[in-house]
Amino acid sequence: MKIIIVGAGKVGYSLCEQLSREDHDIIVIDTDAKLLEEAQQLLDIMVVQGNGASLEVLKSAGVQDTDVLIACTNADEINLLCCISAKKLGCKHTIARVRNPEYNQQIAFLREQLGLSLSINPEQTAAQEIYRLIQFPLFLKRDSFDKGRVELVELKVDEGGKLEGKRIMDVTDILGLHVLVCAVERGDQVFIPNGRFELKANDRITVTAARSDLAKLIKSLDIVRKKIRYVVIVGGSKVAEYLTEELEKSGVEVTLIEKNEEVCNRFSQRFPKQLVIHGDASRKGFLESQGVGRADAVIALTGIDEENLIISMYVGRLGVEKTVSKIDRTEYAKLFSDTDIGSIVCPKDLVANEIVRYIRAKSNSGEGSVRSLHRIVNGKVEALEFLAPDSAPYFNVPLSKLNVRQNVLIACISRNYQIIIPRGDDCIKPHDIIIAVTDAEHPISDLKDIFEKDAVKAE
Amino acid sequence: MNIKITCNYLGKILLLVAALLLPSLGIGLLYAEWLPALGFGVTIAIMAVSGVLLTRIKTEDKAIYAREGFIIVSLSWVVVSLLGALPFVISGEIPSYLDALYETVSGLTTTGASILSDVECLSRSILFWRSFLHWMGGLGILVFIIAIAPLGKGNGMSLHILRAESTGPTVDKITPRIHSSARILYGIYFGLTLTETVLLLFGGMTLFDAFTLSMGTAGTGGFALLNSGIASYSSYCQIVIAVYMMLFGINFNIYYLMILREFRQVRKNGEFKTYLCIVAASTAVIATNIAHLYESFGEALKHSFFQVNAIITTTGYSTANFDAWPELSKFILVALMMLGACAGSTGGGLKVTRAILLLKSLKAELKRMLHPQSVVTVKQDGKPVEQETLNRVTVYFSTLIIISVVSVFIVSFAGYDFTTNVTAVIANINNIGPGLNLVGPTCNYGFFPFYVKIVLIFDMLVGRLEIFPMLLLFSPAVWKRR
Repeated sequence: MKIIIVGAGKVGYSLCEQLSREDHDIIVIDTDAKLLEEAQQLLDIMVVQGNGASLEVLKSAGVQDTDVLIACTNADEINLLCCISAKKLGCKHTIARVRNPEYNQQIAFLREQLGLSLSINPEQTAAQEIYRLIQFPLFLKRDSFDKGRVELVELKVDEGGKLEGKRIMDVTDILGLHVLVCAVERGDQVFIPNGRFELKANDRITVTAARSDLAKLIKSLDIVRKKIRYVVIVGGSKVAEYLTEELEKSGVEVTLIEKNEEVCNRFSQRFPKQLVIHGDASRKGFLESQGVGRADAVIALTGIDEENLIISMYVGRLGVEKTVSKIDRTEYAKLFSDTDIGSIVCPKDLVANEIVRYIRAKSNSGEGSVRSLHRIVNGKVEALEFLAPDSAPYFNVPLSKLNVRQNVLIACISRNYQIIIPRGDDCIKPHDIIIAVTDAEHPISDLKDIFEKDAVKAE
Repeated sequence: MNIKITCNYLGKILLLVAALLLPSLGIGLLYAEWLPALGFGVTIAIMAVSGVLLTRIKTEDKAIYAREGFIIVSLSWVVVSLLGALPFVISGEIPSYLDALYETVSGLTTTGASILSDVECLSRSILFWRSFLHWMGGLGILVFIIAIAPLGKGNGMSLHILRAESTGPTVDKITPRIHSSARILYGIYFGLTLTETVLLLFGGMTLFDAFTLSMGTAGTGGFALLNSGIASYSSYCQIVIAVYMMLFGINFNIYYLMILREFRQVRKNGEFKTYLCIVAASTAVIATNIAHLYESFGEALKHSFFQVNAIITTTGYSTANFDAWPELSKFILVALMMLGACAGSTGGGLKVTRAILLLKSLKAELKRMLHPQSVVTVKQDGKPVEQETLNRVTVYFSTLIIISVVSVFIVSFAGYDFTTNVTAVIANINNIGPGLNLVGPTCNYGFFPFYVKIVLIFDMLVGRLEIFPMLLLFSPAVWKRR
């Protein structure tokens, strides 16, 4: 597909990177020639310098026969203008980043007139992600599939816990629950494990389970963690605003710590029930003096990555069980994967994933194609959701008799609202929803790609 | 410097060139020219074996940055020249290796300067190989590789190679994908070459002559098949060749825009318009200047049109001995030699864009001197040109002058007259071919001593690769770890 990306900032670049890897033709528009030159040297893309909202520039980028235009400059108004103009010029789908909370309702209201196919809001998406993480504080990361019926959750194997030293095939028996470990991250390495794989302490494992089983899963791991009722947010960014709104609705107490007095004032006006503290969280002793150690969760949302990471590490030391840090530059996140940093949320990646998902769904609408895609374990593993076609040679054959490709794992089958965590004697039937996990080295776009050429093993 | 990946790419290039030698081998076998065929066979074997060995060098670190891009390009041009000279030597048609190397580099860099006094005694397969070198070198060997097999898929790495091998101060892709850009360029190139061949066939030329001369025109090379150059062909053929020379001197992006029917953008292109104006004006002036030498004005106009295009596109074919023309005409031709064709074409020389930018920055500089506080922007085709680009153009021009002066100095040791020395260097560094006086269109470069030939070989490579890749090859900093 031909895709125009307006704005070569953080989100724009990350999109270019992912989409050009997936064999789309990418044209990037930005006013900054230096940024463009840099992007062009690293990626196989075409660049056009200029204001993406101007007709002249859009035309010279060939917007007339473009499939998707993604506007992600830092100005909402430019993004919207861009999309309207592109739509008028004949671009098929347009996606705009709109992050001003004040516009949010308007967008839903005006979407058709604006010709938008999708509007994305990184801050809101990040807030939702954090909220989901807080719901089940044990999980470092959550991804949902099949309209939320199936979840992939990441958790850590605790030292001396129930799972340490156990083989994957025994996990179901130990927990008394149908779950499947579909990826293991150990240090820098990622494994798509088979049944004989042995878990070690400090492994981070990704587990597939039915959503309704999540509570049971926590219980069976014997870890008593109280529900989160008191949250401290550091940094009064837009994410914080969205998150506070969400938390307030579900009756969680929130304390916000922010060093800018003006922001503090705005917050206290908007959320009169919550506590707003004006002060610098990075100052020595400040967090203790505010009793942060008593919080059920601390969420670091300042504009500086390093500060967020340090705050998370520090309050972890103070005894806070759940920490979430917002990070903009994911390149360095893996340096911290060994330390006890808690959950990490990256708005730029969340948004890029959302758009990539949308574009994959648009570009293969054939039978058996990918319906949804999530990158898990620092983007090293892809979890894909497929809808099985009407007929295929691999139907009704027990999985143990199928030639599944190496490093691909069928993690879950959802049939008529029933979740099956597959074993060797289960089989795939027409119109099943299949969730498969694969290491990101082999991109897969169709259900039949998860099998070898002859899907059924010879007798 | 990532030496492993450089070797790996070099291996791929050698394999490709080995494959590209096959047509010449085929022609050798077809015309039962056994010695040249042996030469091609041996060369193919050497290239294939070393290519396979080099591609076996594998590395995890596949990154190519600007530095690797430059070195891969310059190194592969040097190596292909060194090995491409073997058929000439093995066939015994150019016994001296240095002469054979000169002929090969002259072919690959699309110069078309020869050391042979008699080309008619060469076998057909060797003649074909000479012109095929032009065709390969015209748009670039590595661009060809990018077109057929994407290197380093999905990233911008190949852009460094495209930039190092293409002509002109700023090189940009015409489509989002680099290999589709390279394919379009080669598609246009191939199409133009074939149409020229067909038109020449209509003029009564044999298929061999038509195709070989078309390849020479396409690369703006200029190796002829007859000692008389193009003079013995019919006027129709001469005009066809002249027109096609002019076409190959135009930026290929213009053709792409025409295919896309973006005529407004074509009309806005300042370089294209300037180029056509220069061709028209020079043709008119020279035709009037030489009118008294020919029977009719039409005849003078034809020779003038042919020669202007042959020189400005740096092809170097000739229908007339322009060395015998009046001084004014000769001066215009030498000026056109240095000016060269458009950026993004197969032609050599300074390039019209660079000349335009130089004049514009001169104008800007004068304005800045009058008003030291003023902010002056240089614009081209309605878009502002970055100061960095302007600086690079200035540096390019001064480096070209410095290398030319040093080359003339060395060439002067051989003891020939000033015009010969200067035009020899100009004709080589700008990839034209014939110069004036002793190196005029009816003469050749065979009489120069060995050190002059080495200097001229270097000049040709410097001119074709636009200076910097060649200079970097000899710069110790590139080979250091940092």
